[in-house]
Amino acid sequence: MSAVVTDHDHDHEHHDHKPSGIKRWFYTTNHKDIGTMYLVFALIMFFIGGAMAMVIRAELFQPGMQFVEPNFFNQMTTVHGLIMVFGAVMPAFTGLANWMIPMMIGAPDMALPRMNNWSFWILPFAFLILLISLFMPGGGPSFGWTFYAPLSTTYSGDSTALFVFSVHIMGISSIMGAINVIVTIFNLRAPGMTWMKMPLFVWTWLITAFLLIMVMPVLAGAVTMVLTDKYFGTSFFDAAGGGDPVLFQHIFWFFGHPEVYIMILPAFGIVSSIVPTFARKPLFGYASMVYATSSIALLSFLVWAHHMFTTGMPVAGALFFMYCTMLIAVPTGVKVFNWVATMWRGAMTFEVPMMFALAFIVLFTIGGFSGLMLAITPADFQYHDTYFVVAHFHYVLVTGAVFSIIAAAYYWLPKWTGHMYDEKLGQWHFWCSLISVNLLFFPMHFVGLAGMPRRIPDYALQFADFNAFISIGGFLFGASQLIFVWLLVKCARGGEKATAQVWEGAEGLEWEVPSPAPYHTFETPPVIK
Amino acid sequence: MALKHKPLTFKLAVTALAMFGFGFALVPLYDVFCDLTGLNGKTAVTAASAEAAQIDISREIVIEFIARPNKQMPWLFEPEVRRMTVHPGEIHIMNYLAQNPTSRMIVGQAVPSVSPGQAALYFHKIECFCFTQQKLAGGKDMLMPLQFYVDPALPSQFSTITLSYTLYDVTSAWTGDSAESSQPGE
Repeated sequence: MSAVVTDHDHDHEHHDHKPSGIKRWFYTTNHKDIGTMYLVFALIMFFIGGAMAMVIRAELFQPGMQFVEPNFFNQMTTVHGLIMVFGAVMPAFTGLANWMIPMMIGAPDMALPRMNNWSFWILPFAFLILLISLFMPGGGPSFGWTFYAPLSTTYSGDSTALFVFSVHIMGISSIMGAINVIVTIFNLRAPGMTWMKMPLFVWTWLITAFLLIMVMPVLAGAVTMVLTDKYFGTSFFDAAGGGDPVLFQHIFWFFGHPEVYIMILPAFGIVSSIVPTFARKPLFGYASMVYATSSIALLSFLVWAHHMFTTGMPVAGALFFMYCTMLIAVPTGVKVFNWVATMWRGAMTFEVPMMFALAFIVLFTIGGFSGLMLAITPADFQYHDTYFVVAHFHYVLVTGAVFSIIAAAYYWLPKWTGHMYDEKLGQWHFWCSLISVNLLFFPMHFVGLAGMPRRIPDYALQFADFNAFISIGGFLFGASQLIFVWLLVKCARGGEKATAQVWEGAEGLEWEVPSPAPYHTFETPPVIK
Repeated sequence: MALKHKPLTFKLAVTALAMFGFGFALVPLYDVFCDLTGLNGKTAVTAASAEAAQIDISREIVIEFIARPNKQMPWLFEPEVRRMTVHPGEIHIMNYLAQNPTSRMIVGQAVPSVSPGQAALYFHKIECFCFTQQKLAGGKDMLMPLQFYVDPALPSQFSTITLSYTLYDVTSAWTGDSAESSQPGE
């Protein structure tokens, strides 16, 4: 790839001296290199976490115990969740931020390039520690990704220390990445790039970065308390020593709920970039999108206890958290309305990024609606800890966050590689993913409403048919992602030359640099009209 | 690091550190919040005054007693009666039976919880074995008294209050200063 860059861009050639081979990747402070590493890392983690999901679905294909021990099953659900949240979705968004934000605001690089290198390179070690813990005697963490006390304190295995340290490292990495994004956006915007001219992807990431700085340290605090409760005799969550296990849930969800917006706000930014391009119209309601994103971020700090309705809460508390939660539907509705209004009477075409963005809008909205159902306190008592919850958060995270990341990859892939991807293969990937993902997650609503609990390796016979369908959907969805890898490899190796603008309706600074983007861009700031 | 990035980077790093501290600050904040509101069913850990309020004979409240030793605690631990009907304001005494079937001395600490949680603010204990650690020699048993009354201000939607005690083995952490409070059994 680097050879292609130097061949095409002789002006920049003298800047491109970088260590060759593996050293280039260890030592790099270039935002594009680091972005690429984040994205490749996220893809690898997506497949490792996905393989665990396949184990889960294989075990649940039929009632009764088939392939794995219950303890191992619990490790699979736990580590699947941790890897997908912290290893796949969050690093993928950070990778996109690294690649795109400097190019979108006309900056030469991220503001803190050495820290950038650090924040990526500690990440593989965090997940190495987590994955190694699976091979310890007694197995890896098996208390669910939410690691509720006392499951993670009194009843957990010796691998808990490794789990805690890996979460610490992931947290440090995210915080450093977030600081970098904020400093870049505050200090390195090109002259004329005012706040309200920034592309929405930049805006949503700025707000996400603030959320990260506010809540990742609280998560670090929570795992630290688990560590000291388990090994050093404190009793933050142990009633015998005057602590309270419910306190754990408050601290965890004070982090946990903003965390779900950390995983969806950049997705909003991506969709807000893609839809105008393929509708060939400017984004409808730009300012309202900015305000909606900000209000979602603020509200996210006021709703955490809606995960805890069944812990026993006074009516006033339940009402407060119920209404605050439902209030989030308003700014989210503004966004969906704006996307639809952007497409209204647009000259639309349906290339793969647009298809994934459209699927995002429809399917994320389904996930939003099931979230509203869960927000209703009395109804939540039935839905709590069932597959309905699993269906809900997989609609917002898989067909929401993951689909948006895939859409972004298709959208910017020609800019990254200089080649157009194989459109036909991409359409195959899209349609296989779309059908299988709904076969996978939609029936979960029904088994959940009928009372099938989550995180259980066995189930009552009446759920057998639905679970067989779900598992088949799961296997097909997993296999469909292999098409994506094939397409990525093909596109990195060659293909039709991409123009600088790539897409007919694309607007923004990143489309003014050649494709592939040279190793260094905007060393002299562009002029913004 | 370019000089112009330093102030902002510093501020953001301090914010992150402050939020780490905030996570720990949630622990006392939570306790204060629960003390003020009685939300999580925690009752007061000190004695209420014995001058009870006016007795309201027009109301009857059912008090249910649950007692269980924690998994690691070998004592037998039971209330004398399972339920009792009281008038708000009346002072009652209730005995819990504790028996140490092992051959070694064990120190226990009972942790109370009231359900529904909002009623915890209205359940007053004048004297309780849960205020102090209880010491019991191996093979012995004893009666542990609880003296309580229900506040007449208890909101009208509550007609039943469940008082649950979990007994923990705290022998390893025993300081010895509360041995006087334990009462020898027969």
